[in-house]
Amino acid sequence: MAVNRKRTVDPAAEMILSCALEEGASTSWDRWEAMQPQCGFGKLGVCCRICNMGPCRIDPFGDGPQEGVCGANADTIAARNLVRMIASGASAHSDHGRDVAHTLLMAARGEAADFSIKDEVKLRALAAEYGVETAGKDTAKIAEEVATIAFSEFGQQHGELRFLKRAPEKRQKIWREQGVAPRGVDREVVQLMHVTHMGVDNDYKSIIKHGIRAALADGWGGSMIATDLSDVLFGSPVPIRSQVNFGVLDEKEVNIVVHGHEPTLSEMIVQASRDPELIELAKSKGANGITLAGICCTANEILMRHGIPIAGNFLSQELAILTGVVEAMIVDVQCVMPGLSELTKCYHTKLITTSPKCRFPGEVEHIEFDERHAMEAAKRIIRTAIENFPNRDKSRIRTVGPGMSTGLVAGFTAENAFHFLGGRYRATYRPLNNAIIEGRIRGLAGVVGCNNPNICQDFAHLEMTKELIKHDVLVVQTGCAAIACAKAGLLAPEGARFAGPGLQEVCEAVGIPPVLHLGSCVDNSRILVALCNVINEGGLGEDLSDIPVAGAAPEWMSEKAISIGFYVVASGIFTVFGTPHPVLGSKNLTDYICGDIENDFGARFAFEEDPIKAAHLMIDHINKKRADLKLRPMLSESVREEVLTAK
Amino acid sequence: MRKVYCDIRKCVSCRTCEIACAVRHSRSGDLYQALREEPRPKRLVRVDASEFGPFPLRCHHCEVAACIDACKTGATRRDPITGKVLIDRDKCVGCWMCVMVCPFGAVFPDMQTGKALKCDLCESHDQPACVASCPTRALFFEEFDEFEAEYKKRRPRSLVRR
Repeated sequence: MAVNRKRTVDPAAEMILSCALEEGASTSWDRWEAMQPQCGFGKLGVCCRICNMGPCRIDPFGDGPQEGVCGANADTIAARNLVRMIASGASAHSDHGRDVAHTLLMAARGEAADFSIKDEVKLRALAAEYGVETAGKDTAKIAEEVATIAFSEFGQQHGELRFLKRAPEKRQKIWREQGVAPRGVDREVVQLMHVTHMGVDNDYKSIIKHGIRAALADGWGGSMIATDLSDVLFGSPVPIRSQVNFGVLDEKEVNIVVHGHEPTLSEMIVQASRDPELIELAKSKGANGITLAGICCTANEILMRHGIPIAGNFLSQELAILTGVVEAMIVDVQCVMPGLSELTKCYHTKLITTSPKCRFPGEVEHIEFDERHAMEAAKRIIRTAIENFPNRDKSRIRTVGPGMSTGLVAGFTAENAFHFLGGRYRATYRPLNNAIIEGRIRGLAGVVGCNNPNICQDFAHLEMTKELIKHDVLVVQTGCAAIACAKAGLLAPEGARFAGPGLQEVCEAVGIPPVLHLGSCVDNSRILVALCNVINEGGLGEDLSDIPVAGAAPEWMSEKAISIGFYVVASGIFTVFGTPHPVLGSKNLTDYICGDIENDFGARFAFEEDPIKAAHLMIDHINKKRADLKLRPMLSESVREEVLTAK
Repeated sequence: MRKVYCDIRKCVSCRTCEIACAVRHSRSGDLYQALREEPRPKRLVRVDASEFGPFPLRCHHCEVAACIDACKTGATRRDPITGKVLIDRDKCVGCWMCVMVCPFGAVFPDMQTGKALKCDLCESHDQPACVASCPTRALFFEEFDEFEAEYKKRRPRSLVRR
């Protein structure tokens, strides 16, 4: 089995980690090791803490109790625990979407003067989709109406989410037949929490369906709203070059790292960091200028739209502070480790929280972001960072040098990504579909997800992605997975050298990397939309479950990953997770989500820790779908066959 | 002889030792794979309740072992070198005499295989799985004198005190 027990495969992270060892700083890797062995009941999902008759645990080896005090068995307990993770994950994405809708509404009403509508074309397209009359209305009015409708999707009680219509008809029919078409975003999450309360649903299959409904409300609701309205408000991304890894931190400049997920504040910080007055202030403190870099999905949001460089992904967040050159780390929500606060106490780095939803105890500085005074807050944050510059401890600077950064191209979207395959004059999905049909591209794969100290950082992402592109599978990525592959150079057009002959040919002809960066983790919705476009283009089946496509989250860590996994599977796409969901304590539930669920939704999960084996599960699945569609064999393979027969 | 001792003040009955024991005695040695093995891996330690609080119940490898005297086939014997009390699975016929005479109830009948089961102190490992896995460090693998000295020194937090 291809297992790498090192902490990271990223050389820059490795360098900084060895410094951490010298300084005695503790990171998530150290805490993970101290936590071993981790509780088997929790790992297997058979510990129930839902009511006060418990906690109850089911003996996974069958000798001890097989039912909790209420009589719930391992199936019920594991299913309830799992879908509660979906509820949390869907909430995180959806609340993010709600905030963007709120900002758009305020911007349209002129209450958030610092924001404006950047993409009118997309706004009008959304207005048409929502059935908003645009004739004779100005942009602000249209934006207000679109934002109001998007906003109402969260609290909607009846009917269906509007974006479900984007899915192929066959898929919509499946959702309706299975009773999982979400009515509103919030309603499905609330209902899910009700369903898993003590003494409500105890049929594991029914519980999973409730979970799927909430997950779909995330993928085709909250996340999709977040992506689309962000595009309207901040501009739709276009391909853009940038740099990734710790080399982007410049020792001579004021370094500010933004970390978290929401684009609203970081957009303002990008603008504020270019303010001549603030740059002058930085110079007066002895710095050459201001460098802004990102971590996690906030990084992806501003990378996609402004080409702001990325410092690292999830497990790199503590390492950024250990470099000793980061003046301030600005955090908003999600994936922000509580351990940052202890670590920043030992360095000059100022940790600044900005969201009322994410506070740290003690003396961590809080500069609350408010849409009405967005620029003011952004400037205050940057000023705080600049004033912290002289506090640097020169003896503890651990920069890795500018050599430790890699070039990448980001900024692909469902609207633009595959149009490049057609060039300016044939901007349709036809060339992509043709490339798949003719056997140049085997299929598509989405490799997404987090980092997790239980797997060597970036190792699984890289191995899996390389194996996929080697077999001519075009890979699309979001989130920390994309950052991982960017660090290794797979997101640069030169990454095509790792690709198989067919994919390489396409990449070189069009000038795209073999791995496309589609944005942050809410932007997984872009993958769904792109696949719908593939279906609409024709020739590759009638439903998402017909296309040769697979998904994976090889280093997943957060509850959001579970929610994403479920909306992807419920959309008909086979998905491989690295470490398993916490369900293995229930054989029935495991067998269902890794097997029979395919009869209901046309796709299933698989759990495989070995990234190469996992990649081959995906490739086998793609081959099977190609065979079902009666597509020609892969060009490279048929050539080889001809040569063999000629011999 | 080194044995497993428990600082009973620190046991919170999380049963991590039970899972670690079953996994250690499985064929694969991996939690996820062990679940699907047949016959099912068995835990040789059981967390039980007592008037002093929960504690892991396991064979004490007694100096005068009732189970050895009671065994009619000679399956239960003392290892002359290590002093451990062990059961030879090939000789065991499942008469459950040892189960009945054990004053602690630390020998478990395995109905699936018809053999008696008990703690073997993880024969081939440095440290028994239960000790290695205990998250509150309540378990020790030591000589009795060492444990006694250590036990007196320790002052567990009042929270876990009973």
